[in-house]
Amino acid sequence: MSVALVKERYTSKVGEVVLGATSEQGGTRTSTITVGGDSALPFLHFEGELKNRPVIAMEVNDIVPAWSESIMSQFGDVLNNPAVWAKKCVEEFKADLIYLKLNGADPDGENRSPEDCARIVKEVLAAVGVPLIVVGCENDEKNNEIMAVIAEAATGENLLLGLAEQDNYKSITAAAMVHKHTIIARSPLDINICKQLNILINEMGLPLNKIVIDPMIGGLGFGIEYAYSIMERARLGSLANDKMLSMPMICTVGYESNRCKEANTSAEEFPGWGDLQDRGVLWEAMTASAMLQAGASVLIMRNPAAVRLVQKNIADMMSK
Amino acid sequence: MLIFGERINGMFTDIGNALRNKDPKPIQHWAVKQQEGGAHYLDVNSGPAIPTEERVEAYEWMVNVIQEVSDLPLVLDSTNYNAIEAGLKVCKRPAIINSCPAEQVKIERVFPMAIQYNAGVIGLTMDKKGIPKDSENRVAFAMELVAAADEYGLRMEDLFIDPLILPVNVAQEHAPEVLESLRQVKMLADPAPRTVLGLSNVSQKSPDRNLINRTYLAMAIACGLDAAIMDANDDDLVDVAATAQILLNKSIYADSYLKVFRSR
Repeated sequence: MSVALVKERYTSKVGEVVLGATSEQGGTRTSTITVGGDSALPFLHFEGELKNRPVIAMEVNDIVPAWSESIMSQFGDVLNNPAVWAKKCVEEFKADLIYLKLNGADPDGENRSPEDCARIVKEVLAAVGVPLIVVGCENDEKNNEIMAVIAEAATGENLLLGLAEQDNYKSITAAAMVHKHTIIARSPLDINICKQLNILINEMGLPLNKIVIDPMIGGLGFGIEYAYSIMERARLGSLANDKMLSMPMICTVGYESNRCKEANTSAEEFPGWGDLQDRGVLWEAMTASAMLQAGASVLIMRNPAAVRLVQKNIADMMSK
Repeated sequence: MLIFGERINGMFTDIGNALRNKDPKPIQHWAVKQQEGGAHYLDVNSGPAIPTEERVEAYEWMVNVIQEVSDLPLVLDSTNYNAIEAGLKVCKRPAIINSCPAEQVKIERVFPMAIQYNAGVIGLTMDKKGIPKDSENRVAFAMELVAAADEYGLRMEDLFIDPLILPVNVAQEHAPEVLESLRQVKMLADPAPRTVLGLSNVSQKSPDRNLINRTYLAMAIACGLDAAIMDANDDDLVDVAATAQILLNKSIYADSYLKVFRSR
């Protein structure tokens, strides 16, 4: 007996956002990436078009990060050179784009100058042809300073700049508008603030197709279900033509999953948990694939071994 | 929640005069103003301002002058179906025919025309004998219109059932019957037909018109109202429509929801 599938029909779709700009478009990227555009829930190919496959941005820091040894060892000796590190991510690990985190700008740390930060961005741009995501440190005031300089130094590159937040979005939005970049709008696991922030940014004059939503997530076992329900609601909103929620979403998978206890505690301490190295890879990969199912378009990842697994997962899910 | 702006109607003196003098300005003024207020569609009604034999020409003219200044879709409002058809021929976007009672002769005229021009239909829950007093008979008429939509191949979302609200100062007992009808109509088919009311009628000749309109709109939306022919420039009334949508969890709350409701 044949079974007829009950199909949902949606009136709208997720907005499309282009990241990066080629020389014809005013930048220097060898190719751009388009995310979003889906007209169904994630991977339900029978209900609509999944227009652009989700992409993976690999994390690069401007200072050597304090990551677990099992991740650091996979990169070898590139961690003190962001440009070489980025190149390795693209060429060896096949990252779709690079996420450059400028922790060195932190006034409580290296306190790099805005010009120094811009120089690093330019070096990474020169080293790779893929689009770039650039975010600052944990200090809002300093971030506003460095982003203004970076936005100008990389005019026309259509960087994905972060982070615009409800209490601090004007400066970065203005910089993105003037110098033709796209921004990440981050809200704290809150659909209402998420929508409101998009409205506020859009009111300043930045088009909706220049915004990517960072809904904030939790790692596997640490509130991932909250992220899932927020993202699902945003996705359903965009499919029901809620223009202020229709942007593609980006998830900080590497950061959140690798600060979970399960990704860091040795097997000696908890023998039942098994080998730490495999566990760390799986924790990040599982967090990533859950976010894919929730509707993420851009995954920011850290562990090359996890990236490989998720690349395969994306390819599998996108094949019809 | 769809707002059909009611103001382009020959019953209003300025529009009546505009029609008689072939002066597009007042009509265009209200087209733009209602769009700014939050209207999603513009209702177009010549009213008694011009003789029946001139209505075909009048509707064609009205649609054209409105479309010069507004890209909103139109609701062609007349009992003269030839006039409506003349308007449909020049509409740039799919329009809505206002209206068709549950009478076989009129159904046979209106529904094929709706299909031909890819238009929606506002179906009135009444027949030659008039408007029923209770919800049961309103719903029975609605069912005839739903059956007609099914028969002629009109999509349910293109059928707007109007359970016909009457002025509360003379026919108070109708108000709760209309609310019950809205609830019942939503259960007639899956997907359900949409629902609409000529909202301002509820407050005809009452001193507290705006308050009555706002209160009844909120109540009706809670019962399943999808659209209202109403005053799109009563900001508080439009705010009620936007807020009801939020409180029914039909649209996701954001602090600026009132502004977002008006933008498109």
